[in-house]
Amino acid sequence: MIVRFAGFGGQGIVVSSYIIGKSAVLDGKKAIQNQAYGSESRGGECRGDVVIANEEIYELEPTNYDVLVAMTQPAYEAFVPLLKPGGTLILDSDLVVTDKKLEPKKIKKHAIPATDIAFKKFGRKIVANMIILGYMNTLLSPVSESALEKAISESVPKGTEKMNLEAMREGIRLAREGKG
Amino acid sequence: MKKHRTSPTTDSRYKPARPFNADEFGRVRRILGGKVLFVQGDAAVAYGALLAGCRFFAGYPITPATETSEILSQLMPRVGGVCIQMEDEIASVGAIIGASRAGVKSMTATSGPGFSLMQENIGYAAMTETPCVIVDVQRSGPSTGQPTEGAQGDIMQAKWGSHGDYELIALSPSTVQECLDLTIEAFNLSETYGIPVILLTDGIIGHMREKVVLPEFEEIELTWRREPTKPKEEFQPFLVDSTKIPEMAIFGTGYHTYITGLTHSETGYPATDSQVDHHRLVQRLCDKIRDNRDRIVQVERDYSDGDKDTIGIVSYGVTSRSVNSAVKMLRQDGLKIDHLRLVTNWPFPEKEVAELSERANRIVVPELNLGQVYHGVREAVAGRSEVIPLWKTGGEMHVPHDIVELVKGGVK
Repeated sequence: MIVRFAGFGGQGIVVSSYIIGKSAVLDGKKAIQNQAYGSESRGGECRGDVVIANEEIYELEPTNYDVLVAMTQPAYEAFVPLLKPGGTLILDSDLVVTDKKLEPKKIKKHAIPATDIAFKKFGRKIVANMIILGYMNTLLSPVSESALEKAISESVPKGTEKMNLEAMREGIRLAREGKG
Repeated sequence: MKKHRTSPTTDSRYKPARPFNADEFGRVRRILGGKVLFVQGDAAVAYGALLAGCRFFAGYPITPATETSEILSQLMPRVGGVCIQMEDEIASVGAIIGASRAGVKSMTATSGPGFSLMQENIGYAAMTETPCVIVDVQRSGPSTGQPTEGAQGDIMQAKWGSHGDYELIALSPSTVQECLDLTIEAFNLSETYGIPVILLTDGIIGHMREKVVLPEFEEIELTWRREPTKPKEEFQPFLVDSTKIPEMAIFGTGYHTYITGLTHSETGYPATDSQVDHHRLVQRLCDKIRDNRDRIVQVERDYSDGDKDTIGIVSYGVTSRSVNSAVKMLRQDGLKIDHLRLVTNWPFPEKEVAELSERANRIVVPELNLGQVYHGVREAVAGRSEVIPLWKTGGEMHVPHDIVELVKGGVK
């Protein structure tokens, strides 16, 4: 499974791709993770790619994706045409307006107001990516839930583990309830 | 399908003079975290260096190599080592040569522009037979080029970058795990032969995260330079035995050790007027590597059944990953493909390429430059096979489909 997370610096885009890759390795699968960002560490366009497979991964720079997580309008517009037909698009519904003309055929679309929920429920917009991670993993199961939990706990700043895990569980709940 | 990796471990004649014990190794392992990690190639290089016993790092930040410096600036003090940010790359390689002579395994890491600056002192390390490891995380050049993009443009420079005649060793990892493994190997080779060893990674692997399994102490062999066996009064720093590799006295241990970039005699003192002395010295600098090329050269062969009328592909470094994918597709189409992956770039695996040319009618050489290893392959093949390049620059890897098309006969 090839997943691209895209948005702007500060939304936890790169760390999301890292967490999925690390979870896959904890599950005993193969994974590679890459990122690209501008010279600004916050506010610039950025993306994180992760490839998960049971076999050796030879294509390190995939050009098409099974899943796109778009957290900004420019990210959506730039990368949704690269989604494979039948692929899955997950976006933050408050930050992205979709345009059918840009989209490949038969993609599955899921829109949740992750940033808004993060702010209202946890008082921190920054955990929107954790809501998305929980949501995406429940929808598509690229990694086990236990590995995801462990990877999140080991990857977020000390003292914030509980909030991040709760945000992830919120994402799981939204997916189970069929939201988006 | 035969899959065979020749892996000559470092020569057993050279036992570590100062064994790195299991306790110290275990302490480093614990600092690095669990056994299985998900890290960038640049991090794996830093971890490999610490596990190999490297305790001195000097460097100047440059994309895409900075992470190695950054990580070592945090970890070196925790293992009792030293990490210095120097004023530039010339000073960085100077510092590691000095530190190595002071008895510490030493490394620097840079990218193309910094590697260019280092060339004079790489020649100095070769001339003074000082072990050290230089990591070049290759990016698109020439000059400043594309700082964040990977490339394989420094293969020739790694061998021919400094003036005069000398031999050194250069290795090309193709996975993040190999970034760690070959960093350890680079230290072993530099300590064994008393030379600078170049690790040629690239911006793609340097910045990519992948699974890394840290080795156990028992799983790896670590080598240290040979320290003097003669009494102090008889010791001559460049007097050699049949190995052609001098013993190395550490500065400050009471042995008379004089080193210079000038042509020198066995005493270490300049001897610039004698054609005989110069020829003997430079010939030995080359011979100590050439005589041992079978011990040094590592390749990985993934050959088809049968021994003739195959199609060969020679690859190295990150490009091998695209080739692996292409090989799979081509075999599914029923083609007999022999994939030779060069782990060692220098000394050039001439014999191994020549052997491939006995089997393969055509040999395809994909690389992220406009023709470097291609020339070595052509020389080794000596007209026995058709050698077809597949060159690409600009920061993107080869798409497996392009390799497949070329191998199937499409002319690019």
